[in-house]
Amino acid sequence: MALDQSFVGRSYPPTDPYEVGREKIREFAEAIGDDNPAYTDREAAKALGHPDVIAPPTFVFAITFKAAGQVVEDPKLGLDYSRVVHGDQKFAYTRPVRAGDRLSVTSTIESIKSLAGNDILDIRGEVHDEAGEHVVTAWTKLVARAPEEEA
Amino acid sequence: MTAKIAYDAVDIGTELPAQTFPVTRDTLVRYAGASGDFNPIHWNEKFAREVGLPDVIAHGMFTMAEAIRVVTDWAGDPGAVVEYGVRFTKPVVVPNDDQGALIEVSGKVAAKLDDHRVRVDLTATSAGQKVLGMSRAVVRLA
Repeated sequence: MALDQSFVGRSYPPTDPYEVGREKIREFAEAIGDDNPAYTDREAAKALGHPDVIAPPTFVFAITFKAAGQVVEDPKLGLDYSRVVHGDQKFAYTRPVRAGDRLSVTSTIESIKSLAGNDILDIRGEVHDEAGEHVVTAWTKLVARAPEEEA
Repeated sequence: MTAKIAYDAVDIGTELPAQTFPVTRDTLVRYAGASGDFNPIHWNEKFAREVGLPDVIAHGMFTMAEAIRVVTDWAGDPGAVVEYGVRFTKPVVVPNDDQGALIEVSGKVAAKLDDHRVRVDLTATSAGQKVLGMSRAVVRLA
């Protein structure tokens, strides 16, 4: 069933701040096998002009995707999450995420399309720090595949 | 923000050092924990097959995280990345053996932009198949 077009443009309330921890960044960098010292060594990060260790570019997805849960789980939208796959992902950074950031995400439904029975949902997450400054925008395309039997 | 590579030192077509990233089941468990994405298609073979996948597959976001390392290692400062986007075209299938899978990533400068920025187009393959499409990053050089 095609999703309700009237949800296009809808924004959800900003999330409670997520506090970015130095050890969480380290854990993430280790999980992707990336030993760039900018992720773990404050002095190395400072030498690059950052006030503290920074997070790898895709780290913020954990925060924006959790925020997108507001959309995905909105019972009024009625998305069948068991059939959802991640189609595209894009980030535009004003500055890198860094340790000590308290980040809040505002999610907006940018578009809803229906193609060959698949529902395609584009969600934009605007990430701001505690001072209200923009940090990064994340665009997430989710594709809810049509059930095979009914397609 | 201090990239090691100077804008004037690159041309359209400049190739970045290619890299190969191994991924095993162990890698996926670690990534699930670090990222908070515990979808069983990334660690439970029975579940993955039940939903029509050939085997356990890597998180798309894991592949995306590896691919940008070609850019961040080259530029020197990961904070120099100003844009990064991918399309998830094919899954990286990770068999339950000691070998796992390999993600091979290459990149080249596709455009020189203003403000010392360049666009890098990335190619990521696994088992001979392209796993990311439209994989592009914009990075600000020195």
